[in-house]
Amino acid sequence: MREPASSSGLWARARPQHGNLYIWQILMLVAFFVMWHVLTVPGILPPFYFEDASKAAFFFGEPLKVFARIWEWFSTGDIYPHLWVTLWETILAFVIGTVSGLVIGLWLALNPIASALCDPYIKALNAMPRVILAPIFSVWFGLDIASKVALGVTLVFFIVFFNVYQGVREVSPTVLANARILGASRNQLLRHVYVPSAMSWVFASLHNSVGLAFVGAVVGEYLGSSRGVGYLILQAEGTFDINTVFAGILVLTAFALVLDFMVTLTEKRLMVWQPRQGETERL
Amino acid sequence: MASVGAPALALENITVTFVARDSNDTRYTAVKDATLVVAPGEFVSVVGPTGCGKSTLLNVAVGLLEPSAGSVKVFGEPLDGLNRQAGYLFQTEALMPWRTGLDNVTAGLEFRGVPREEAVRRAQDWLARVGLAGHGHRYPHQLSGGMRRRVALAQTLILDPQIILMDEPFSALDIQTRQLMENELLELWSADRKSVVFITHDIEEAISLSDRVVVLSAGPETHPIGEFTIDLPRPRDVAEIRLTPRFIELHTKIWHAMKDEVLKGYARTRIQ
Repeated sequence: MREPASSSGLWARARPQHGNLYIWQILMLVAFFVMWHVLTVPGILPPFYFEDASKAAFFFGEPLKVFARIWEWFSTGDIYPHLWVTLWETILAFVIGTVSGLVIGLWLALNPIASALCDPYIKALNAMPRVILAPIFSVWFGLDIASKVALGVTLVFFIVFFNVYQGVREVSPTVLANARILGASRNQLLRHVYVPSAMSWVFASLHNSVGLAFVGAVVGEYLGSSRGVGYLILQAEGTFDINTVFAGILVLTAFALVLDFMVTLTEKRLMVWQPRQGETERL
Repeated sequence: MASVGAPALALENITVTFVARDSNDTRYTAVKDATLVVAPGEFVSVVGPTGCGKSTLLNVAVGLLEPSAGSVKVFGEPLDGLNRQAGYLFQTEALMPWRTGLDNVTAGLEFRGVPREEAVRRAQDWLARVGLAGHGHRYPHQLSGGMRRRVALAQTLILDPQIILMDEPFSALDIQTRQLMENELLELWSADRKSVVFITHDIEEAISLSDRVVVLSAGPETHPIGEFTIDLPRPRDVAEIRLTPRFIELHTKIWHAMKDEVLKGYARTRIQ
């Protein structure tokens, strides 16, 4: 689209476009924190909603104090044990959930009778609000990391499972027939046709599942634990320390982004064969 | 294994009836009482109107589809399971998109347990033969349609099949690329004569490539209705041979045999 002729040359260059998206994204973030700061810190604006000037800070926290808390956590190292526990739970849930989803998804997709047999139960398990299992897992596996991993696994498993299942069913019949005629045995078909074809579906689901593994870990901690970032947040809520709650949320968000980025990196390495949009390299 | 003098491929009185999975009443007989015999080293084209079950016949020959009646013999032996003597070139994309061109060509050797080094060496050789030397590292989506066809051709021919089955392999290509590929196919074939069954809807393509052209009736219940021996001299250039009087004569004959069937097939698709 062309800019209308009336707009100034400066805006035409500075407005959001492909070259400067990063700058605009950072500006949006800064604007968000500035707004948060202005609206909550007592004394900047006259109270317009709460009757008391300090109430806004009580309910929504103050960004500077939130950052101070995060700085304190990382400078004193207080947060590391909690963070490692949460990350460890997430990674375990992610790996166990993904591998079991992959194996069972492949197995069921290649066994029409078994899959027809299990179909209603899989649908039921998937429809069930699985977060409700957390208290049961606490009873079964104790308050340590195992119960959190179990919750994460139930969340991750179904996403990967359904994607593998779909991926196997979407294998091009021509590619499959061709591989058979070229002499592939059943195992070779699995390794060279079904798994690679399912992998593109699995990778599409990994972004969701890494997020859900994190949800499993934090919700599990929140419901009962003695370590982890979810535990820190729960403790802070108990003393109405809203700044620490927000600090915990920000740290979790940042690490979720890091995990997601790692998935993207792996995906780029393993999925080079997939055409990307706009890629026109041909000969 | 092969009895002397037996045809490379003999489809005898083949009938293929498809039954809908949910009801036994819905039946569709694609091929009825079709017989097709291909001698060793013979290039046979099968032409027929669209939707007449040409591919069905080929799927029976390669063992992907079991006929409802009739027998398939490969060098005199009854076919059981997949036809291990045959290579198959599909009409649509059949390359594994997650493998590079080179790895697609080595696939068959790899499945047979040939060591990687030797497989790569032979695949490089085949890529060069189909004019793709130096392009082996590309993935299928990075190749043009014509190049993907060449990779598929190398992928099939590297296994040295005694029978090559081709299902409209060049129908998706533009006419120039197509004539180039046809000439290359003839060159590869004449270097090492294998039996070829070439399915096409294009009479010109059929005549210019083949020793013999078989015309099928319109479906359903397709069966051969005519056979024409192509006595044009070899080696041929597919672009030039189309201009010779004998070619035009053959073309006229085959078209006359096919015309009614084409109209029948057309009428049938219109009613549905």
